[in-house]
Amino acid sequence: MPNPYSPPVYEYAPSPDQSAEVAAHHPVIVVGAGPVGLTAAIDLARHGTKTVLLDEDNTVCTGSRAVCYAKRTLEILDRVGCGEPVVARGVAWNHGKIFFRDKQVYGFNLLGEEGHRRPAFVNLQQYYLEEILVDCARDAKLVDLRWKNRVVEVDAHGDAPRITVETPDGRYALTCDWLIVADGAHSPLRRMMGLETEGAKHQGNFLVADVVMKAEFPAERWFWFDPPFHPDHSVLLHKQADHLWRVDFQLAPDADPEEERKPENIVPRIRALLGDGREFELQTANVYAFQCRRMERFRHGRVLFAGDCARQVPPFGVRGANSGIQDVDNLIWKLQLVIDGKAPEQLLETYSEERGFAADADIHSSMCSGEFITPSSKASRAFRDATLELSERHPFARRVVNSGRMSVPLVLAESSLNVPDADPFDGAMIPGAPAADAPIAVGGKASWLLAQIGGEFTGVYFAHRRISESEFEALTHLMTAPVPVRMIVVARPAETAPAVPEGCLVIEDRTEAITRSYDGRPGTFYLIRPDQHVAARWRALSGPLVRGAVAHATCND
Amino acid sequence: MRLNTDPNLDSPDVFYEALVDMHRGLSEDQSEIVNAKLILVLANHIGDLEVLGQAMHIARNDANPSRPEPAR
Repeated sequence: MPNPYSPPVYEYAPSPDQSAEVAAHHPVIVVGAGPVGLTAAIDLARHGTKTVLLDEDNTVCTGSRAVCYAKRTLEILDRVGCGEPVVARGVAWNHGKIFFRDKQVYGFNLLGEEGHRRPAFVNLQQYYLEEILVDCARDAKLVDLRWKNRVVEVDAHGDAPRITVETPDGRYALTCDWLIVADGAHSPLRRMMGLETEGAKHQGNFLVADVVMKAEFPAERWFWFDPPFHPDHSVLLHKQADHLWRVDFQLAPDADPEEERKPENIVPRIRALLGDGREFELQTANVYAFQCRRMERFRHGRVLFAGDCARQVPPFGVRGANSGIQDVDNLIWKLQLVIDGKAPEQLLETYSEERGFAADADIHSSMCSGEFITPSSKASRAFRDATLELSERHPFARRVVNSGRMSVPLVLAESSLNVPDADPFDGAMIPGAPAADAPIAVGGKASWLLAQIGGEFTGVYFAHRRISESEFEALTHLMTAPVPVRMIVVARPAETAPAVPEGCLVIEDRTEAITRSYDGRPGTFYLIRPDQHVAARWRALSGPLVRGAVAHATCND
Repeated sequence: MRLNTDPNLDSPDVFYEALVDMHRGLSEDQSEIVNAKLILVLANHIGDLEVLGQAMHIARNDANPSRPEPAR
């Protein structure tokens, strides 16, 4: 059997802050070096801002945690420079199978689009993701990662949150301008601040196991409803890296977690699933009570909550790490503008607004999946089983089957930061939508659209054959404004690119994919936010309108 | 769009007999699934969420099905 996983041990090293006379002050402190905290620190580092990142432990996570990273998350990791190792190490997949009782009722393909750089999903056990992110954080140089630093007290009143940190060498205090809390579902910080989560809805107990086996199963997500090897309950199977398989067994409501966790009780279940004399080894197993809950507000003065501490959902729709990393994607550009004095603190309220909207979507989706997976009444169970029976032969029923609605990029359609369309547009790139990727060429070399945008505001201009003098001026002013707008000019294939002002990037829309998905008729201008969501768009370039939209998207109007 | 509750069955007796006959020989549990399947098949045929909501209100004997909520 392949070797069991050995987590790295990171060195505790005392910081000079620990012997300071008065509490050292830092612009940003991040609590929790999981996927969310690490991504936050790395993103801030890319913006040139130093962070202190504290973790109470000195290693990566243990057990089976996040597994499945959606395309949007991979795009975010690409933007902060960590995407490639995750994709290289992980297992890409897009097919799934649904089984009811003793047979497969249908298979599906979640791959939405051709011509995107990243696959629909990549599976990678969370401890590998964290190893990669720790390496990226160390390379980032502006991340002061402190292991064995456990926050034991917080005073969040006023303009400078103060925390007390426990280390092997005793306690010390720190203050900061901004405190980002990413310390997980049980969030000690949230508890210390006396903040509640609301709407907690229990979604069943599950036995979650990582099993090493050399199985010939394909890299597909398999979900069983009421299989012979686990009657009346559901089972979910995912392939991870290194022959590691993640299995979730739904348990009866009155199941005893201690009993269920015992290997002698787990091994027979897995043997029954595999159905033959296949060799396997149980790596880890735990019983989780899945639930849905969220904080009412993700921002409390100078304290910002992200990831599971802010919102928690069951794992079927893979909205844990994915939503947490998307929280960071939304938060960091806004925080950076506030730190730079280029936007009011009000902008951070929109983080709570937009990610709260996302959390509600996650929770609603998870509740619907929960009802299908664990019907709450006899009637509900009848509809569930009826749907599954019909799904074998009837496509309409397959759309009703709900074993988890997988994380999809959220369209911030109602966001207060959008400028609504004044001109008619076709297609899906509405204000609030995440920008769609497309294959492009830059200077003759193949690349991707999303690799060119992100981290700052970007204009994507479908210029006319000749850019006029006034347009030249407008573009130049926008590029040098206090909140600058990076400019991309889209040239059609086989057309000479127009002359552009210095600093504009010309990209060739090789397959006309951008022109199609963005409805890019000549003259069209898109303003895209630093998190790659569309902020506004027009059929002609107007300096004042673009400036107005930038001000609107940064709460500067 | 409004649910049609005017008489629309060609031959009520023929329909009714077929509906009862659909359950011939089935256990109670099997009948429950068959009814559920029939609802799903017909609901998909109708498609319109407002119409379906009005029908569900009638099924629950609600007093005033004028502004139904779509099923969540």
